[in-house]
Amino acid sequence: MCGLAKDMGAPDITVIRQHLIDPEICIRCNTCESICPQKAITHDSNNYVVDADICNLCMACISPCPTGSIDNWRTLPKVRAYSVDQQLGWDELPAELSGDDLQEAGMAPAGAESAAQPPVSVAPPADAAFNSTTFGATLPPWSAAHAYTQLYGPNPKNPSAEKSITATVSGNVRVTQVGPELGSDYDTHHIVLDFGALPFPVLEGQSIAVLPPGVDDNGRPHHPRQYSVASPRNGERPGYNNLSLTVKRVLEDHAGKPVRGVASNYLCDTEVGDTVQVIGPFGASFLMPNHPRSHIVMICTGTGSAPMRAMTEWRRRLRSAAVGPSQGSAAPSGGGAVADQARGLHDGKFESGKLMLFFGARSKEELPYFGPLQNLPKDFIDTTFAFSRTPGQPKVYVQDAMRSRAADVATMLADSNAYFYVCGLKAMEEGVVLALRDIAAGAGLNWDVTAAALKREGRLHLETY
Amino acid sequence: MSNMSNMSNMSNINYSDKIPNNVNLDDDRTLKRALEQWQPSFLSWWDDMGPDGTHKHDVYLRTATSVQPDGWAQFGHVKMPDYRWGIFLNPAEKDRKIHFGDHLGQDAWQDIPGEYRANLRRIIVTQGDTEPASVEQQRHLGATAPSLYDLRNLFQINVEEGRHLWAMVYLLHKHFGRDGREEGEALLQRRSGQEDNPRILQAFNEPTPDWLSFFMFTYFTDRDGKFQLCALAESAFDPLARTTKFMLTEEAHHMFVGESGIGRVINRTCAVMNELRTDDVGRLRAAGVIDLPTVQRYLNFHFSVTIDLFGADESSNAATFYSTGLKGRYEEGKRVDDHQLRGLTYKVLAVSNGHLVEREVPMLNALNEVLRDDYIKDSVSGVGRWNKLIEKAGIAFRLSAPHKAFHRNIGSLAGTKVSPDGRMLSEAEWNVSVDSWLPNDGDRAYVASLMGRVVEPGQFANWIAPPPIGINRQPVNFDYVRFG
Repeated sequence: MCGLAKDMGAPDITVIRQHLIDPEICIRCNTCESICPQKAITHDSNNYVVDADICNLCMACISPCPTGSIDNWRTLPKVRAYSVDQQLGWDELPAELSGDDLQEAGMAPAGAESAAQPPVSVAPPADAAFNSTTFGATLPPWSAAHAYTQLYGPNPKNPSAEKSITATVSGNVRVTQVGPELGSDYDTHHIVLDFGALPFPVLEGQSIAVLPPGVDDNGRPHHPRQYSVASPRNGERPGYNNLSLTVKRVLEDHAGKPVRGVASNYLCDTEVGDTVQVIGPFGASFLMPNHPRSHIVMICTGTGSAPMRAMTEWRRRLRSAAVGPSQGSAAPSGGGAVADQARGLHDGKFESGKLMLFFGARSKEELPYFGPLQNLPKDFIDTTFAFSRTPGQPKVYVQDAMRSRAADVATMLADSNAYFYVCGLKAMEEGVVLALRDIAAGAGLNWDVTAAALKREGRLHLETY
Repeated sequence: MSNMSNMSNMSNINYSDKIPNNVNLDDDRTLKRALEQWQPSFLSWWDDMGPDGTHKHDVYLRTATSVQPDGWAQFGHVKMPDYRWGIFLNPAEKDRKIHFGDHLGQDAWQDIPGEYRANLRRIIVTQGDTEPASVEQQRHLGATAPSLYDLRNLFQINVEEGRHLWAMVYLLHKHFGRDGREEGEALLQRRSGQEDNPRILQAFNEPTPDWLSFFMFTYFTDRDGKFQLCALAESAFDPLARTTKFMLTEEAHHMFVGESGIGRVINRTCAVMNELRTDDVGRLRAAGVIDLPTVQRYLNFHFSVTIDLFGADESSNAATFYSTGLKGRYEEGKRVDDHQLRGLTYKVLAVSNGHLVEREVPMLNALNEVLRDDYIKDSVSGVGRWNKLIEKAGIAFRLSAPHKAFHRNIGSLAGTKVSPDGRMLSEAEWNVSVDSWLPNDGDRAYVASLMGRVVEPGQFANWIAPPPIGINRQPVNFDYVRFG
């Protein structure tokens, strides 16, 4: 999952972090091309370039490069990825797409985490050598359940797969305290899709993609938009073949320029009974551990909370199956029921497994599931909020919240039963990983050793967009 | 950040041995003993002929800790005599076949066939001799470094040239018995520029008097090294192919130092040209920067001296080396011909009736020329990148590589008087203009006058711009060298 960043939450377009070589610094020495295990690097008489379709961001080329020219990245919609031919013609790197460019491409969310006000601070320049993406695991925890992937949609390994599956909308509610009717631009919906009798097994942390109907300005079908599943494996409603998504409506950019996100508006405007075309599931590493006494540390912003809600809710259901009636639910509706299949199978299994949540948003009014989260018992989940725009209060970002809990986070870092999940806007990733590094160092842990273990053991999962 | 701290990457290289290696040296006691006897000689050579007066410096060096991509670029401050010189071969390619020459399609050799021993020994010794030679040529440059950053880059090149010597001596010891051991000693005894026991190739007996020469040398002459190594990386003799492949990853840094060094000289000069709104050489020199015509003359010199290193344009040795599988062409594996070249021809330059003409000769005999032409193409493209810097500064001047026949001393063009733009000249015409084509005494004296030592972190001599980024993404003002 450290490859193409998927838009796991509200941003309704597939975004990649494209690996590029700076032609003004590169000396065309061929080291990168000869070393790339994927054969993703090629050249002509002008330039050395990386093929975004092949590069899997394994980073094998980064340290061997004698010039540093190899270490350049641009975030952009996949459809606008620079082709090999374009790159071969470059004399210099293109500028980063501006916020307006990204909005135009339908990419930047217009809500709480607009480009102008990222929910996390950017890493200081002194840490320029730090590349957070390299720390993400590509393997799931050892006790993860088996994930089915790509059962519907294009799949080279299964050419006979159905092109898509039809789901029926069985619920659509707003999950923030604010919304358009209260004069806010922030409108996040909890949408439940039901698959009836058709197989669509998913696990917490997996995502699906929705095919918006109609065509774009060029007459081509809209490309699929991915969303993280917000419900546990046994259904949004336990025992039903349904799942939920957390979708933020993209309406306008931070400058007030109207930009309607194609898929997010389509989904937010659906009514119960409407049908939606879906492909997936996707994802085989951002998966939760299932063994006794395994801990989960969740770090998210905005709609990056979707997979965290799924994991929390699964643990909550197991716990209530074991200890009796629940005291609260992370679900906005119908979440109080206990899964029969959970009862008996997992009795008491997780009683010493801890859940830690660091959740950031501009304000509590814009935090999805804020109400239900407040109702979860403190001995079940240890939640620290970070609000960056509460009037009269200093800005607090998720990594600040983590640092404020350094002792507890360090204990988790040192515990091989603790798994870390990070989901939200790209801008948070580096700050969060740097915070982990500093917390480790502060606790006397060797970060190189700790980070290698986190990656090797599938204990740190980064999903940012 | 000690370069020895990251133990997880060391699985391939045995650092507990006296001689770090990934060639199972422990399994070959005779070889191990031989190399352990050579090691003190090497260190004593480094003491005498390595960078002058630097043994106590802590230098931010890159050390290979494995030949995997994540392992061979580990950075940390190290005293140069403690640098872990060792023997690292690229991983073996399973069932590798010879892919050119008369033995095409046969298994690559793990040992040397007796009949090719003499030729391979000559190839390896010639390559090996250039490595300590360049360290000797550059040993006084530390005294005039334009910055800590540049000083560090110089030292990195020096230790890696030392490691390349190790790579060649390993092959000599392992595969050439007593002859090989004697050659290993001789490599430490010859001295660059010494009259009674000089280095084998003339370009490696020339002094490297200043940093402009150093940058030109690393751009042009180390690029010759790259092309020779590329050709040897194709060899039917598998240990040679594997060791040169790994050397290439290190060689890239040397060319980076050259290309970016000249680029920074150009950037600084252009900035001052724009500041003073002048291209007047006198005013620019008064302002303490290196005027672009001087850069062009240095370029002409180093380009022409280096292309001589490829040898005679027609050579039966080159044909033999290729046909017997000892040395391939640059990117042999990517070429689409029959890889045997019998009956094919190639155009070489010659002088006929006072004119430069192209002659078709058997390609096998022209393989030095083939490699030289590949080299020229590669060199010229870098000159183009320097021109982009000048263009970006809005200045009309352009650098260019001189004609292939300019200032040649080897091959059929040796001694021919040809201008940089390829016109045949009389001796008299040549003498009139030579000072505008090759660095003259005034140029060399002026450049020498600029060479002063700058060692405050983040400070750079007036004649050179800072680099856009530091080494290993460290800041430019990092203390790349700490003086002990």
